[in-house]
Amino acid sequence: MVGIKACGAYIPFFRLKREDIAKALGGGAGRGEKAVANFDEDSVTMAVAAALDCLQGIEPSTVDALYFASTTMPYKEKQCAAIVASVLGLRRDAFTSDFSSSLRAGTIAIKTACDAVKSGSAKNVLVVASDSRLGGAGTPFELTFGDGAAAFLIGDTDLLATLEAEYTHTNEFIDIWRTKDDEFVRSWEDRFIFDKGYQNNILEGVGNFVKDQGINLQEVDKVVLSAPDARRIQGAIKAMKLDIKSQVQNPLFDQVGNTGAAFAPMMLVAALEDAKKGNKILVANYGDGCDVLLFNVNEPLGDIEGRRGTKGYLNSKAYMANYEKYLRFRKILSLEAERTRPPQSSFAPVLWRDQKWVLGLNASKCNECGRLFFPPQRICAYCQSKDKFEYVKLSGRKGTLFTFNLDFLARSDDSPEVFTRVHLGDVGIYCRMTDRIPEQIDIDMPVEMTFRKFHEGAGYPNYFWKCMPTREVRT
Amino acid sequence: MNLEAIRGKVAVIGTGCSKFGENWDKSASDMIIDAVFEALEDAGMELKDIEAAWLGTTTTFFTALPLAEILKLKHIPISRVENACATAMDALRNAMYSVAAGVFDRVLVVGVEKLKDMGISGLPEYWSHPVYGTGATAPGRYALCARRYFHNNNIDPDKGKEILAKIAVKNHYNGSLAPKAFFRNRIDVERVLKAPLIAWPLGLFDCCGNADGAAATIICRKDMAKSFRDDYVQIMGNATVMGPGLGKEDMDHAFDDFPETAAAAKMAYEQAGITNPRKDLSLVCLHDCFTIAELLEYEGLGLSPKGQSQEDVEAGSFELDGELPINTDGGLKAFGHPVGATGLRQCYEISRQLQGKADLPERQLKDPKIGLSLTQGGHPGWLIPNVTIFAQP
Repeated sequence: MVGIKACGAYIPFFRLKREDIAKALGGGAGRGEKAVANFDEDSVTMAVAAALDCLQGIEPSTVDALYFASTTMPYKEKQCAAIVASVLGLRRDAFTSDFSSSLRAGTIAIKTACDAVKSGSAKNVLVVASDSRLGGAGTPFELTFGDGAAAFLIGDTDLLATLEAEYTHTNEFIDIWRTKDDEFVRSWEDRFIFDKGYQNNILEGVGNFVKDQGINLQEVDKVVLSAPDARRIQGAIKAMKLDIKSQVQNPLFDQVGNTGAAFAPMMLVAALEDAKKGNKILVANYGDGCDVLLFNVNEPLGDIEGRRGTKGYLNSKAYMANYEKYLRFRKILSLEAERTRPPQSSFAPVLWRDQKWVLGLNASKCNECGRLFFPPQRICAYCQSKDKFEYVKLSGRKGTLFTFNLDFLARSDDSPEVFTRVHLGDVGIYCRMTDRIPEQIDIDMPVEMTFRKFHEGAGYPNYFWKCMPTREVRT
Repeated sequence: MNLEAIRGKVAVIGTGCSKFGENWDKSASDMIIDAVFEALEDAGMELKDIEAAWLGTTTTFFTALPLAEILKLKHIPISRVENACATAMDALRNAMYSVAAGVFDRVLVVGVEKLKDMGISGLPEYWSHPVYGTGATAPGRYALCARRYFHNNNIDPDKGKEILAKIAVKNHYNGSLAPKAFFRNRIDVERVLKAPLIAWPLGLFDCCGNADGAAATIICRKDMAKSFRDDYVQIMGNATVMGPGLGKEDMDHAFDDFPETAAAAKMAYEQAGITNPRKDLSLVCLHDCFTIAELLEYEGLGLSPKGQSQEDVEAGSFELDGELPINTDGGLKAFGHPVGATGLRQCYEISRQLQGKADLPERQLKDPKIGLSLTQGGHPGWLIPNVTIFAQP
């Protein structure tokens, strides 16, 4: 028996109303809104947030492998799973891999994780799918795409949901793509690609699966059905004769958008959040072929301390002021002022030496007097004892805002920069604040830590932690 | 340790100061020559009389050699000192001990900074941690203090901004009476409050400007001072104090006070034998890089009780005609802050005031006896302060 032990999700704080895109560019407004990553988020930072959500109450050292799935890896060469593993504090002998390129990357990683557990090479595999795809300005893709992440702990004991059956086929087909030089998703003419690509493959995959397994599709409690957009999913639902009201997992096109490799995984998390014992959940995912997974729910998810899941993140949001800001955040529109600033510097040896606190957010705790320091200190500032400390991870801690500014002079992609002093329990730290609404910031407001991209000094993404007002208080 | 040992051992016998500001037409060398020759003339000396020198600068020169090169000083000991905004006074501190030890009799101390050639409005960016070191600016760091000080003392931020504005108005007024100042315009509270924000709660007029400038002083042993002039100025104490920069890691760091500055003041007062600074001091030149810095320095120097400095601002205690005039020349607000020169600019102002020779008579205080200089580098939680005390003979 193999299946899902835990799951988590992440949806960025900011949403862009589709009507705001139409306001700026003209044309039809489209319905609803889409979730958009802040300027300091990418698929790695969102993956970390979803992984932390999934691992609430679970010791990271029990994770034997980490699979990271995304079509928007910040690196073409250099593993992104390694970054996530270091942030989470996984064991050094945890097996890590990136699953990329395909919109099926998320389900491919889940399937591969299940295989690893079945084979006995790992007991617990963490799968994280995260995507932040760009549609060119004014394209339907720009309207459709959203940003988000999902995470699962795959194992063979204490299963929330058991994997009952699976199916896959591969289909070489040029429908949508990005070559090594493309920033934006490109596509062939849409009637051809949806007819011969999505529709054909989903129907073939699900059709073969139910036939092979002798399953009556109408007896499945929930179908997680990936689709390019809200119109195309209707066609597939109709062809499969599914009851749209009760049987189809809400794809959140109007709230989040199509989150690429994370899309089907996020819907699966949402389905598990609502599932009852004994429910059957079927996942059908499309991209260069089709994956089908059938899960049997062993127990309802229930409340897990600290876990937010799709529901928690969905309800905690703020609207991006306008479309132009979105263009700026995605660097589609760059301001002359930004180009005239001297480039931000970075030093790889420093980031390597300080990885324990830069990525791991570890403070030092003096073993002599018990005081905590961030960044870690070799000599205790109170008792001056030398090298007598242990690391204490701060990433899950909640705290309060001690003092702050609104700095219009500081280098910032979203001026004013908010620089703060935060108290996280018994340790005080300086940090930048993100996902904030300046007018709402005040002393003593509850805050938490979030992993973000700071800049691209020296040509690579430089990650570290910021504080943000806790998402719970902003629903 | 015998802190009193330095009290009154060393005397200032000559001071000089270049015009401060955007000195597009002057190089660092030009400003040094202006300041040094004013100090030489003041001391009644020539270049060849100088036996040793100290050069204070943060970024303008590396090594001490440029001072010899500019002044054509031949084969004398010169050291370069860098200690952030306390650079000049720390150079003076090192020079003082060489004089007090009896090794050199006529020592030149020079502070200089040339910032405006660099084409940036802020300070140059130094090495900092690639991620942890991002996001903070000098006004931003002081703004953290302002916000917390207001909170701890139940001051509404809007009211707090008004208190700070009065400090800016005072210093601009004093600067209007100082011919060598960068900004000589008078302002009012309304203009300060309407100015663009730099780092809330601090606005444009809460921040000093960057500037070019140089200042110089010539010192000798006090027992020889009378051979140069009757109205020499004695140095009663000079303390630079470092803390471990606990602000970044100390949970208890309050962000409403300057503990390092209080420690430097305590040491300097002990050197000088000052027990009641509010009463004993006749004038103070302190480090108003930001108005909130000046407000908290009133408390750090023991001039106002903790949390109550705003009452002294409201009462006008520290205005030019107040009980204890502070920043009589307009301070950093009026002069700008050429980092390595600022301390010796304060030495120039205090010395001239004690000698009754303020450059405009409207600014001359009535028979001042003791003056204090505070320069304060770094930022709250990570301060590098120097307190130096001067007195009439």
